[in-house]
Amino acid sequence: MRFTEVLAFAVRGVTANKLRSALTTLGIMIGVASVILLIAVGNGASQSVQQSIAGLGTNVLTVSPQRAQAGSSTKPLTTADAKALADPVEAPAVKSASPVTSTSATAAHGSVSYSISQFLGTDPAYFGTTNSSVAQGALFSADDLAQGRKVVVIGATVATQLFPTGSPVGESILVNNIPFTVVGVLATKGSSGLQDADDTAVAPLSTVQNALTGYGSLSQIVVQATSADTISDAQAQVTTILDGRHKVGFGQQADYRILSQEQLLTARTATTDTFTVLLASVAAISLLVGGIGVTNIMLVTVTERIREIGIRKAVGARRGAILGQFLLEATMLSLFGGALGVAVGFIGARFTIAGITPVIVPSSVLLAFAVSALIGLFFGSYPASRAARLRPIEALRHE
Amino acid sequence: MTAPVIEVRDLRKTYGTGDTAVHALRGLDLTVARGEYLAIMGASGSGKSTLLNILGCLDVPTSGNYLIDGIDTAEFGEAQLGLMRNRKIGFVFQSFNLIPRTSALANVELPLVYAGVRRAARRARALAALRLVGLADRAHHRPNELSGGQQQRVAIARALVTAPAIVLADEPTGNLDTRSSQDVMGILDQLNAGGRTVVLITHEDDVAAHADRVVRVVDGRIAQGVRA
Ligand SMILES: Nc1ncnc2c1ncn2[C@@H]1O[C@H](COP(=O)(O)OP(=O)(O)OP(=O)(O)O)[C@@H](O)[C@H]1O
Ligand SMILES: [Mg+2]
Repeated sequence: MRFTEVLAFAVRGVTANKLRSALTTLGIMIGVASVILLIAVGNGASQSVQQSIAGLGTNVLTVSPQRAQAGSSTKPLTTADAKALADPVEAPAVKSASPVTSTSATAAHGSVSYSISQFLGTDPAYFGTTNSSVAQGALFSADDLAQGRKVVVIGATVATQLFPTGSPVGESILVNNIPFTVVGVLATKGSSGLQDADDTAVAPLSTVQNALTGYGSLSQIVVQATSADTISDAQAQVTTILDGRHKVGFGQQADYRILSQEQLLTARTATTDTFTVLLASVAAISLLVGGIGVTNIMLVTVTERIREIGIRKAVGARRGAILGQFLLEATMLSLFGGALGVAVGFIGARFTIAGITPVIVPSSVLLAFAVSALIGLFFGSYPASRAARLRPIEALRHE
Repeated sequence: MTAPVIEVRDLRKTYGTGDTAVHALRGLDLTVARGEYLAIMGASGSGKSTLLNILGCLDVPTSGNYLIDGIDTAEFGEAQLGLMRNRKIGFVFQSFNLIPRTSALANVELPLVYAGVRRAARRARALAALRLVGLADRAHHRPNELSGGQQQRVAIARALVTAPAIVLADEPTGNLDTRSSQDVMGILDQLNAGGRTVVLITHEDDVAAHADRVVRVVDGRIAQGVRA
């Protein structure tokens, strides 16, 4: 008997009991779609973090203080260190080095007060290094820095908090009760993972040290290499200069550390990876539940199908022909359900879910499709293959 | 002399094992000649269906021999038994056993599909078989759209569509009224007149009266010397 005949039986089998076919398809569809979507959400979250970090530029190094080895002294990172790093002779690969001091501060305007999570003091080069541009007003100048003027550039979040209506430029705000003049508002950068990059304010380093933080250690020196290709040269030069200035001996642990954006990226993505794994396990469970649903439907209708198998055997069907038919039926239902699930997954991924734009992971599509198709195939054909082995009379008597 | 079409020697069938074992057939002997019309009678539970299922190659005996045309079926594998059911034997069940949600025509075509008959020839033969049982106009009805008598006639059409040498019927009129019974028996008479061997089980004397010979099964054996 020819394949087309078996195929015709399978098509008739699928269309004969529409409710059963629809429910099976639905179960597989839900399983596949939820796996694809949930993994896409996790992936979308981690990609948005990566993008916001990559937005800082790939040619940036961050030098921050750390406790030295026991026995050797810990020297603070100073403005002088930053100046030394910007030396074009000693460090030709370094384009600029901005000293940064960071604190949190409470800002107030009129009756509104807002706690800024990152209040930074730095030099004007910092804006270029971190790809920060101004949306309204202007950035502060080298002159502001030299004169220690009380001017500040605020992030978008701070601007909307303190100035829900009207432009902040030219207005005066109180930062920890010290008056600052807002000269500009930064263009929005969005959130980098859990942290809001727009919840910030930037003022001249001299002013911030004088008024808020004092002249202790800097929080960071942000170094910009001349290009992305010279980043490792820059790192070597920074290391040499700082080792000399901080008297770090050979093989000793330094009292500072240098992080590239790449390393920062790795650290950040580790947290979102956890998130993705969590979503993936939820997805796996939903696939399992979908699979159990499919199994249920298949098993409930199997009695009727076993009688049918008995009838077919009684009129002379070979075991192969019966197996082929049921395998094809299960294949059609699984593939159709799987394809629908992929379609639903792709459509769903076009919407923003909980503030995250899902990004589909191709391998998750393949995995979800393969697993659900296998579940459908197995539970569609396994009971049939057992029934096909029965003597006709046993299959006919099955209840 | 040619071998009888059906020959059964010391046939035994035991269902289950141990204390719960049921000895449905206990050394049954039976010979059916070519072209014979045989009725099997007997009390309920005496083993008639068990015997007929074995004759129809739907089941296998626990011991004993069953020869078709002189060939012992004990030698047959799964595939050969399937071939017997498909080509040699037409079986009519008391409970019809049609495939649900499938048209009468498709049900009748079924044995021909498994026999590898081409679509056009298949359709023509299935329609001819339905015409023979007087249901040509019901070809596209599904079993649940047919009366019991009509379903049984579809089942008979399915049994005869492959032109088998042997037609076996287990209480073919058991679920039918007098009128439908007469229709069904008329068809079986016709088949026998056409040269086929017909073996049927019945509880009704007027149905048994259609047969050339009646045997009685008592406790899993053929009762000797009893004639209807
Ligand atoms: N699959 C089975 N498993 C266990 N016992 C069975 C099975 N089929 C039949 N039997 C038993 O075998 C015996 C013979 O059954 P069978 O169906 O052959 O009787 P029968 O003569 O056809 O009866 P009836 O006239 O009521 O149809 C009965 O006692 C029955 O209970
Ligand atoms: Mg019976």
